[in-house]
Amino acid sequence: MIEYIPQFLFVIVLITAFLFFAKNVFSLRRNINLGKDIDRKDHKYLRLKKMIKIALGQSKMVVKPISGTLHIIVYVGFIIINIEVLEIVIDGIAGTHRIFSFIGPVYDVLIGSFEILAFLVLVSVIIFWIRRNVMNIKRFLSKELKGWSKNDANYILYFEVVLMVLFLTMNATDYQLQMLGAAHYASEAGLSGSFPISQFLLPLFDDMSIRTLVVIERSAWWLHIIGILIFLNYLYYSKHLHILLAFPNVYFSNLENLGKIKNLEAVTNEVKLMMDPDADPYAEPVGGGSEEDVPEKFGASDVQDLNWFQLLSSYSCTECGRCTAECPASQTGKKLSPRKIMMDTRDRLEEVGKQLDKGEKVNDDKPLLDGYISREELWACTTCNACVDACPIGIDPLSIIMDMRQYLVMEESAAPVELNNAMTNIENNSAPWPYNQQDRLDWAKD
Amino acid sequence: MSESLKVPTMASYLAEGKQPEVLFWVGCAGSFDDRAKKITKAFVKILNNTGVDFAVLGTEEGCTGDPAKRAGNEFLFQMQAMTNIEVLNSYDVQKIVTACPHCFNTLKNEYPGLGGNYEVIHHTQFLKQLLNEGRLKVEGGKFKGKRITYHDPCYLGRANGEYEAPRDLLRKLEVELIEMKSCKSKGLCCGAGGAQMFKDAEKGDKEVNIHRTEQAVETKPEIIAAGCPFCNTMMSDGVKNKEKQDEIEVLDVVEMIANADDL
Repeated sequence: MIEYIPQFLFVIVLITAFLFFAKNVFSLRRNINLGKDIDRKDHKYLRLKKMIKIALGQSKMVVKPISGTLHIIVYVGFIIINIEVLEIVIDGIAGTHRIFSFIGPVYDVLIGSFEILAFLVLVSVIIFWIRRNVMNIKRFLSKELKGWSKNDANYILYFEVVLMVLFLTMNATDYQLQMLGAAHYASEAGLSGSFPISQFLLPLFDDMSIRTLVVIERSAWWLHIIGILIFLNYLYYSKHLHILLAFPNVYFSNLENLGKIKNLEAVTNEVKLMMDPDADPYAEPVGGGSEEDVPEKFGASDVQDLNWFQLLSSYSCTECGRCTAECPASQTGKKLSPRKIMMDTRDRLEEVGKQLDKGEKVNDDKPLLDGYISREELWACTTCNACVDACPIGIDPLSIIMDMRQYLVMEESAAPVELNNAMTNIENNSAPWPYNQQDRLDWAKD
Repeated sequence: MSESLKVPTMASYLAEGKQPEVLFWVGCAGSFDDRAKKITKAFVKILNNTGVDFAVLGTEEGCTGDPAKRAGNEFLFQMQAMTNIEVLNSYDVQKIVTACPHCFNTLKNEYPGLGGNYEVIHHTQFLKQLLNEGRLKVEGGKFKGKRITYHDPCYLGRANGEYEAPRDLLRKLEVELIEMKSCKSKGLCCGAGGAQMFKDAEKGDKEVNIHRTEQAVETKPEIIAAGCPFCNTMMSDGVKNKEKQDEIEVLDVVEMIANADDL
């Protein structure tokens, strides 16, 4: 009976981890669905192709060759090493040792490549840490990264280091135990796996007894898998959600020309009515004119006014800052940073989510506009789309800026004075400057 | 030069029962801004010389609504758009060419949803078509061998993916084309987009147009070529700010094509 205790414990740990994860996924879904509807279910084939190219294929990551290449190593490492995690989980439940080893030479190649990848990940992660903490790379020094965001980024890197070291330790001791012919480890079929990297750790374990080695191997094995499960549940609290959400984010991202800003349908209906000479201004609105026909709010002042894709993007953002690095406003010292727009949206959405968790009504004490994003930031945008183009996973910070400008102008009439003048001119004489429309062809005369 | 310009209007075409090959959408800057008017005239000169059958709306044209939309005023934008669409559709317009990337983008991308469906092209794309069809001949001329850097207008480049047409035209002029640090899809904005042209900039370390001009000046150009009247203004101001106006000219690609032979 007693020999089943580790398996029993393992199953409990696994179930607990997945329940927590399911709870996080539930919160995530609920929060994202607070957003307004937007149709992104068209062009399924095109979207799939885009996702395969940009998310799976990392095509926009390599625009920056150094960080892009390092990222691909960590990404491939993450995905491939997960095959090993599958084996670990099965071994944990069934109490077996390296259950996949029956596939023979292929298994050796697999384990060997996991080891090499683990080593490369280790190296990449250390370089990432140096880039973030030692080198003065501008996009990692922005104000919005102070505090939690900086720590979060570093925690993940430390986590990766620990996981990779545990993985290699586990393999090294396992290797040693197999060679010593230890029960449960050694197999008559010969050595299971190949250990191109962890073989160099063997001198560390040279004089140890089988008993000590088993303790180290088991500890490394347990800490490694528990670490992975903790990592899985840490995601929700971290910018690292992108490892899951980058895929749906790219899939649902905008397929139109970047220059196109969606026309507001509610406005179209009203403008058509205004321009129709036959329209009766006192007529009942079509559909009976019930209370629900009160025109909806134009634009966005809080997260619920944004659409679900924008909210999904706020969780998908991994704060890499490629957007902000390309932003002309950020480059010239203005307050606007597209990355901060995404981080603010996520932070406010999380706040709203917490209020919902407590069963409270969402309060407006600190809405997205003014509470998180200032008007000064919104008005500094040139709508140049550099941020949108720079994002490796199809996030569109500009769309949030535009929605919030629409709220400022159409709900609060709060445009800067000079802009109001330009708009008055457009209204009166159909040009942003005070020239008469009747003079529009004068250039051809002088 | 302007006495010789022929600028027919859609109204006059209609009176004669004719339909032009293309409508030239002049835009507010092209109609009223003194610097941009030169670009308009340069384009018309080419249209006249190549015998393109075109017309303008003249006093029936109004702001596309781009600055209003990007300022957040969707109402005003749609009012402008629907008024313009009514006029364009009444003339049964099929093809529009414009020398302003902002008009281009709005007409092309945002008018269809409101009932305005036209083939819309930028003047550099139109000139490229004329070249390909053999209707326009461009050879080196006075710009041959000159150091030139091209500034990508955001609403032509990133917004609509056109990077090559203006560059192809410059290559035809046999210039020495030098790219700035940020170009094509990474092109840095001149600072005028998103209705910034009509307001003061927010507080910062420097103006966007100065930042962009510095990138341009780094390439040591004799000419900064642009394809947008607003970029033109911003870059010209930047060059003046750097006191380089005696060394560096800011010209629209179409001005270079039109004046290549003027020696």
